[in-house]
Amino acid sequence: MSGKMERVTVPINVTVNGVKHEAEVEPRLLLVYFLREHLGLTGTHVGCDTSQCGACTIHMNGRAVKSCTVLAVQADGVKITTIEGLAPEGTLHPVQEGFREKHGLQCGYCTPGMIMTAVHLLETNSSPTEEEIRHALEGNLCRCTGYIHIVEAIQWAAQRMRSSHVSS
Amino acid sequence: MSTEHTATGLIGAPIRRVEDPVLVTGKGCYVDDIHLPGMLHLAVLLSPHPHAKIVSIDTSAARAIPGVRSVLTGADISERVNIPAPMVVPGMKIPPHPPLARGAVHAAGTPVAAVVAQSRALAQDAANAIEVEYESLPAVTDAEKALEPGAPLARTELDNNVCFLSTKTNGDVEKAFAQADHICRMHIASPRLVAMAIEPRGAVAKPEPAGDLTMWLSTQAPHRARADLATALGFPEHRIRVIAPDVGGGFGSKGPLYREYVLAAYLALKLGRPVKWIATRSEDFVGVIQGRDQAMTSELALKKDGTMLGLKARVVANLGAYLYANTTTPTQRMMGMAPGCYQIQNVHVEVAAVFTNTVPTGPYRGAGRPEAVLNIERLVDKAARELGIDPLEIRRKNFIRPEQFPYRTGVNVEYDSGDYEKSLSEALRLSDYQELIRYRDEARERGELVGVGVSTFVEPSGGAGFESGTVRVERSGEFTILTGSSSHGQGHETVYAQVAAEKLRVSMDQVAIRHGDTLAIQQGVGTFASRSAVTGGGAMVIAIDRVVEKARRIAGHLLEAAAEDIVQADGGFAVAGVPGKAVTWRQLAAAAYGGRLPRGMEPGLQETAFFDPKRDAWAFGSHVALVRIDRETGRLAIEKLVLVDDCGVILNPLIVEGQIHGGLAQALGEILGEHMIFGDEGEVLTGSLMNYAVPRASDMPPLIVGETVTPNPFNPLGVKGVGEAATNGAPAVVANAVMDALAPLGIDHIDMPYTAPKLWAAIREAEAKRKG
Ligand code: FES
Ligand code: FES
Repeated sequence: MSGKMERVTVPINVTVNGVKHEAEVEPRLLLVYFLREHLGLTGTHVGCDTSQCGACTIHMNGRAVKSCTVLAVQADGVKITTIEGLAPEGTLHPVQEGFREKHGLQCGYCTPGMIMTAVHLLETNSSPTEEEIRHALEGNLCRCTGYIHIVEAIQWAAQRMRSSHVSS
Repeated sequence: MSTEHTATGLIGAPIRRVEDPVLVTGKGCYVDDIHLPGMLHLAVLLSPHPHAKIVSIDTSAARAIPGVRSVLTGADISERVNIPAPMVVPGMKIPPHPPLARGAVHAAGTPVAAVVAQSRALAQDAANAIEVEYESLPAVTDAEKALEPGAPLARTELDNNVCFLSTKTNGDVEKAFAQADHICRMHIASPRLVAMAIEPRGAVAKPEPAGDLTMWLSTQAPHRARADLATALGFPEHRIRVIAPDVGGGFGSKGPLYREYVLAAYLALKLGRPVKWIATRSEDFVGVIQGRDQAMTSELALKKDGTMLGLKARVVANLGAYLYANTTTPTQRMMGMAPGCYQIQNVHVEVAAVFTNTVPTGPYRGAGRPEAVLNIERLVDKAARELGIDPLEIRRKNFIRPEQFPYRTGVNVEYDSGDYEKSLSEALRLSDYQELIRYRDEARERGELVGVGVSTFVEPSGGAGFESGTVRVERSGEFTILTGSSSHGQGHETVYAQVAAEKLRVSMDQVAIRHGDTLAIQQGVGTFASRSAVTGGGAMVIAIDRVVEKARRIAGHLLEAAAEDIVQADGGFAVAGVPGKAVTWRQLAAAAYGGRLPRGMEPGLQETAFFDPKRDAWAFGSHVALVRIDRETGRLAIEKLVLVDDCGVILNPLIVEGQIHGGLAQALGEILGEHMIFGDEGEVLTGSLMNYAVPRASDMPPLIVGETVTPNPFNPLGVKGVGEAATNGAPAVVANAVMDALAPLGIDHIDMPYTAPKLWAAIREAEAKRKG
C-alpha cells in the first residue's frame, strides 16, 4: 500500500437530535466518529475497538445501537438521538436523573452509553425486573460502579416514568 | 428537601454528586473531546513480538502518503530520552526505557515507530504501511521460570533477569520454626490483570507561542506527569502545564507517564502544531501497566493450638520488560503487609523482582495488597484445616487486639488502629454464618460442592508523601479550593465540598473544588492508593483551619472584640454571647482585600497547606462468602457475599458504597475469569475484550455491605481509604470458600481465576484419583 490514495466521499443526510445534517463522508467512517468529530457531539464515547463496551450507544430510529458498529453512510436517512439530545437543555431525562439520584456513575465514561441503553429498555418495558435490567445491560461495560447503583438508577427511573405516565 | 444547602450535617451525609449533571448529559470533557485548531494526529506502531532484534524499518511507504507530516523511529530520538523510573531499592537495575524502541523490543506492545498525520485514520494507515523486519530472540514470560538457570534473558543488556532482591526480617525466625508443632506450606500465584479503565489512554500536546508546552493527559497524577515529562524530554518543568480534564477511570493504571505521551509532546514541539494521541482498546491491552502477577511461596509456623509463631514468604514479582515510575510499588506494598492482621513478630519476607518479556506491570487497584491478603488469608485457612482448627478460631487467637494499637508489625510498620474481632463478628452476624455452615453441611451430605469462606484483612491507604490544599476566599466571600489530588471518578468535587462547607459553616454551593491543572494548582501529587480523603482531605482541612484562624482575627478587628471571643457562626463569625454582633465571609473578604486589617496583618484571605501523614492509614475489613460449584460443569456461583469494611469516619456513604461495589466488580473479574495470558513464546493470547473477561452487570453476586467505624487518630478527618477494600479482601474470601467447597474431594489449592474449565478439570482429576 503506497502512493496516492483517492479519498472518495459519499453524501449522507441524517437527522441528529432533531437537526438535519448533510455531509460528505468517507465510506469507511464509523458513525461514532461522524458524531464526535464532524458534529462535535462528544458525549458519545469510544471505549473499545471490538464492539463490546457499549460506551458508544446511541438511538437510531428509536433503537439502541452501538455507533461503532455502524458506518456513517448507513445512517443516511436515519433519525439519531445522542445523549446530548435526550432531554431539552437544562432538564434531565428521568434516567439521567436516576443515575444522579442513585450514584449510578463514577468516572462517567460509560454513562452516556448506559443511559441510552436504559432509556431504550424502559421505552420497550416500563417495569423491568432486576434480572431484565441486568440482561439489557449485557452490552455495556462499566469498570467503576460494579453496576449495582446503575441497576438501582434504572429502577428509580422506571418508577418515576411510570408515575408521571399515570399522572399525565 | 435536599440536604445540600445546609451548612451542618454535611460530613457523613449521602449527598448526590456535584459532578453528575455535566456527566449524565454528555457534557464531560475527556481528552479525546479536545479539539484544537491545526491539530495533528499521532499513531504509534507497536511490536507484535515479545522479544526481537529490529533488523530494519522501512518507513518510505508511510512517508509517501499525502497528509503524513512526520515519521519517527527510535534512531531519530536522542538516547537521553527515556521514561524515568526512580531507584526505589538501592542497586536495582534500571535498563533503558525509550519512547520508541532502539534496536530491540523486549515485550509485545513496545512502540517501534510513530506517525503524525492530518487525521487519525491517515496516521493509522501510515503506521500500518511501515515495514519492520524483526529477528526473534528467545523470550521468557513467567517470572519464576525467568529465575531458573539458563533462562532466556528478558533484557539482553543485563546478565540475569533480576531487577532487585529485597528482604525484611524481624525477630528470630529460625527459632520460631524450630519450635513449631506444625509448618503449613503453600505456593500461590495471583493472575495478571488488566485495569481496563473504560476510557483508553490519551494525550493532547500543544506547543505554546512562547515556547511553553501544554498537555492534556488522561492521568491520575498531573503534577507527577509534568515532572516526569520534564525529565524524559529534558524540557524545563516550569514551562510545562499538564491538565487532567475528565478522566474516565484509572485504578492505578493512569499513574505512569506513558511512552506515547512523551511522543506526542516531542512531536508537537518538533512540528510546532498540537498533536493528539488516543489509544485504541487493543493498544491499551498491551500498553497499559498490568496488575498482580506475583507468585508467593510461604511457610507458616504454628503451635498445635493454632498460635502463629513465624512466617516466611518468598515473593516472585513479574515486572514485565520495562520500568515505569511505579512499576515496583506492588512489591513494596506486598512486603509491608505480609503478616496481615495477625500478631506474628518472627517474619522473613523476600521479594525477587524479575524482568520478563511481558507488558510492564504496576499498581492496579490494590497494588500488592490483594496479593498479600490472598497469601496470608489462604495460608491461615490452610493451616487451620491441617491442624483441625476452626477457621474463625485460628483467626481470633492470633488477631492483633484493639488495645495493642498503634501496633508495630513483624515487617516493621505501625498500624494506627483497628478492631478485627469486631469486624469479623459483624461480618458473621450479617452473613448469618451458622446458618451458612448448616446449609453447606447439608449440601455436602448430598454430594454438592458448597463452601463457606471468611477473611479478615488490613488495607493500608494514603502513602506516597504529601498532598496539598489551598483555600481561597474570593472577594465575594465564596470559596475556591484547590487540591493537588485530581479526580477520575471518585467524586472529589462533592466530598471535598461537603467537608469544606461544614468546616466553613457555609452551604456547599459557596464552595468550588478545582483540581487537575498544574498551572492553577500548587504542587501536588495525585490520586491513587486510596489517598484522597486521607492525604488530600487532610491538607484541605489544615488550610481551612488556617483560613478560619486568620478570619477570626479579622472578625475580632471588625467587631472590636478579642479574637478569643469570636466564634464561627453560619456564614461567618460572631461574638460569643452577643446576639447580633456578627460578620459574614463576604464582609471579611472585603476587609482582607480592602486593607481593613489588624495592624501588621498581611492582606488577603488564602491559605495553602501541605500535609504528609508520614504513615499509611490502616483500614480493615472482614468478608464472608458462600459459593457453589457445579460438579458437572465446574461453574462457580457466589451465592452470598458479605463485605464489612472499616474506613474510619465516613464522609459520604453513597460514595463509599460506590467504591466498594466497583472494587468488588474488579475483584470478581480476578476471581471468575480475568487473566492476561502470554503464550510460551511470549505472544499475547488475551489482547482484547473478546478473550479477556471483564464482569458484566449480570455477573454481580448477591451482596450485603456492612461497616464498622474506627476513627483514625492520625489525620484531621479521622478517615482511612476505602477505594481498594473489595479488591483486597474479596479474592481471598472467595478463594477460601472455593477451597472449602472442594475440600471433600481432597483438593487443597487452585490458583485464580476460577474458570469453569479449570475447576471442572480439577474436579475430574480428584474424582479419578479417588476411584483409582
Ligand atoms: S466503542 Fe462501541 S462498543 Fe465499545
Ligand atoms: S462510571 Fe466509569 S466506567 Fe462506568
